[in-house]
Amino acid sequence: MRLTDLANPSRFLALTDRILPWLAVATLLAFAFGISQAYFAPDDYQQGATVKIMFIHVPAAWLGTFAWILMSIAGLGTLVWRHPLADVAAKAAAPIGAAFTLMCLVTGSLWGRPMWGTYWVWDARLTSVLVLFLMYLGVIALWRTIEDPTRAARVVAVLTLVGAINIPIIKFSVDWWNTLHQPASVLRLGGSTIHPAILVPLIVMLIAFTLLFLTLHLAAMRNEIMRRRVRTLLIMQADAATSL
Amino acid sequence: MNLGPHVGFIVSAYIAAIAIVAGLVAWIMFERWHLTRMLDEFEAQGIKRRSGRAQEDKA
Repeated sequence: MRLTDLANPSRFLALTDRILPWLAVATLLAFAFGISQAYFAPDDYQQGATVKIMFIHVPAAWLGTFAWILMSIAGLGTLVWRHPLADVAAKAAAPIGAAFTLMCLVTGSLWGRPMWGTYWVWDARLTSVLVLFLMYLGVIALWRTIEDPTRAARVVAVLTLVGAINIPIIKFSVDWWNTLHQPASVLRLGGSTIHPAILVPLIVMLIAFTLLFLTLHLAAMRNEIMRRRVRTLLIMQADAATSL
Repeated sequence: MNLGPHVGFIVSAYIAAIAIVAGLVAWIMFERWHLTRMLDEFEAQGIKRRSGRAQEDKA
């Protein structure tokens, strides 16, 4: 099968039906391994056992931003190449990205309270992630507001590409401004500052969460294709009823 | 394992993460069930998309 064959929704559906069970099993195995690694990981010398929140907070933050990057690439696919599956991919990614961003905010607050003495502070990192969450809600609302999916895809693609400016702001906010949030410790020039005993479980959890995202995204894309088929059939049914 | 004095925050964070993932999975599975049922109903009524009819004609 050529890569361009995937542009055909029917072929894409057939492929996802074959891939999804394997992806789901791989996700469960990765989580089983990751959670056991996280369980036995040592406490941090400063933060104690609260460092265990990092094993869900960091992957959630990664996926919250990754989903927007994916939506931006899909937005280019919609605007430049008019790829049939690009807007399907963008629409399916939005609620999943929103959910992971919410997870990042909630787990971050629950980590912040014992470490910083507050659930929330309006520093650059926290505020830019909150803006990301609100942008996700805006995109979801826009998809629902415009009835024609093709027109909605173009409007959403423009908004998504404009909103992509927030991604580097989130990443570098801890370097550009004084923040309560700690600076980058995993992806940074000069290598990670985290001890391997904690870094390895974190990487396993990052892989597990990424597999979960791919599983959910493919399943949501499959649903979106089915939803568009239902919409077409409803229009055909209405046309047939009015022509009688 | 001793989670120390902040056990409540750690457990709450994991419960929140599990609840969000469970919500996502349940939503996607419910949508799949609902949409499959709708497509089956259309098929039972003999309403098919043009591409569906074309595939049938080829066969």
